Amino acid sequence: MISNLINRKIITLLKVQYSNMLEYRVEIALWAISGIIPFFMLNIWTNNNLNESINISDVMLSRYFVCAFFVRQFSVVWVVFSFEEDSLMGKVSPYLIQPLNPFFRYFAQHLAEQITRFPFALIIAFFFFIFNPESLWIPNLGILLLSIVSTFLSFLIQFLIQSIVACICFWTEKASSIERLLFIPTLFLSGLLAPVVSFPAYVKSWIYLTPFPYLIDFPANLLSGNETNISGGLSMQILWIFLLYPLFKKIWSEGTKKYTAMGS
Amino acid sequence: MNFKKYLKVYKKFLHTSLASELEYKTNILVDLITAILSLIGSIFLLTIFFQNNGYIGGWKFEQALIIQAIYTILNGITNTWFNPNLSEIVKHIREGTLDFVLLKPIDSQFFISLKKINPSGFLEIMLGFFLLIFCIRINQINLSLSFLTLSLITISCSICILYSLWFFISTTTIWFVKTWNATEVLRSFLYIGRFPLNSFSFSLRIFFSIFIPIAFITTIPSEVFLGLSQSWKILLEVIVATVFLITSRKFWLFALKFYSSASS
Repeated sequence: MISNLINRKIITLLKVQYSNMLEYRVEIALWAISGIIPFFMLNIWTNNNLNESINISDVMLSRYFVCAFFVRQFSVVWVVFSFEEDSLMGKVSPYLIQPLNPFFRYFAQHLAEQITRFPFALIIAFFFFIFNPESLWIPNLGILLLSIVSTFLSFLIQFLIQSIVACICFWTEKASSIERLLFIPTLFLSGLLAPVVSFPAYVKSWIYLTPFPYLIDFPANLLSGNETNISGGLSMQILWIFLLYPLFKKIWSEGTKKYTAMGS
Repeated sequence: MNFKKYLKVYKKFLHTSLASELEYKTNILVDLITAILSLIGSIFLLTIFFQNNGYIGGWKFEQALIIQAIYTILNGITNTWFNPNLSEIVKHIREGTLDFVLLKPIDSQFFISLKKINPSGFLEIMLGFFLLIFCIRINQINLSLSFLTLSLITISCSICILYSLWFFISTTTIWFVKTWNATEVLRSFLYIGRFPLNSFSFSLRIFFSIFIPIAFITTIPSEVFLGLSQSWKILLEVIVATVFLITSRKFWLFALKFYSSASS
């Protein structure tokens, strides 16, 4: 009975958000295009033979960056920007009355957006493989499933981190600047611009303790067939989720007490 | 054109937007930290590229730092003026408030492009200048009058091209209504301006000089600093900048004919 109700809620939310997202197809297509930085980075790496020093062949490196592109496409999170706007406009108030945490709404929004984005990401990858046919490969089913799981876990970690940041809105009104600050280490340390193996030793010694390499580098290595520690990576991802979730719960319950219903 | 009137209006713009931005003082501090981290991140990325290579696309590390410095200055200018104003166009068009702008006895492009200012971008500009001065010292560049005028000309041309690109894309909102993602695409392409153009493959080099003239924005000014630039390149940049400015102006006037207001 209860699970049925939850199911219905989730399905309805997803349906509504999916039709909502389909209206903004062009917008989402543009967003997909804005994620092509990994391909430019690949161009710098291979064009200057930088990969020779880290012992990754051209083909493996290009697969890595294609996978990094895909992982990034399906783990983009913008909940803090939506929440900040809704909170400044006073839209959060009606959401709070509903018997559903508003973050489920944002969560459904993100999932729906990913479904809408999927065909565009495929088209971009298709063009990449036309120009680089030698990089085309078919991962086996088990690896594919595992990397989908790890991409989803990476999305969850980022969603939780951003939700925590979004809750800071309850205190300061403008939380998006903190998100932009956090985005910088994510950009440079997650492996989007350069694989983590290429990092100098003084960074590699501590980076695996932070959540960053598990956001893009780990799922991308997994999917592209580059060397990686599968069980270690997955357990670190789950560990981070278990660490972040109670923190989010805590800050959410503190924040809603602080909420002053701005703009209404 | 009544120059005095515009100067007076601009002073008022400065006053009001500074007053409203300074309400969020912590935001400015967070933005400053973001700018510093982002610079550290890109220098970190450069060190990864250079860790086993002396040259990338014919540029030494010290020379590539100049590109970073110029990029940081231009990015600061984008964050101070272009980004806060031109993302506002999208809002004006969606909510129909562009009507009020058009009714004012003042040039609409002037109003839309300079209304707001984001003071945290200043700090980024200063950061870029410090790096530039440092680069001038480590590259042992002799400062002379002709060198200073040439670099000033090329950098102002870059600013003009950058402004035109932003303005161009924001103008397309009149047809597509929701294009703030288009500016995201531009942003991710501009990211390429952090690296010397020669480090990319030939086809991308052509793309980045003809379709999106990122080459003109950072590479040519940096070449001027190093004394490597031929005079035809500088002349070409001046021509490109003029063409861009004129077309963006024409395009705005053309697009306004199609503006049909919203929700009325």
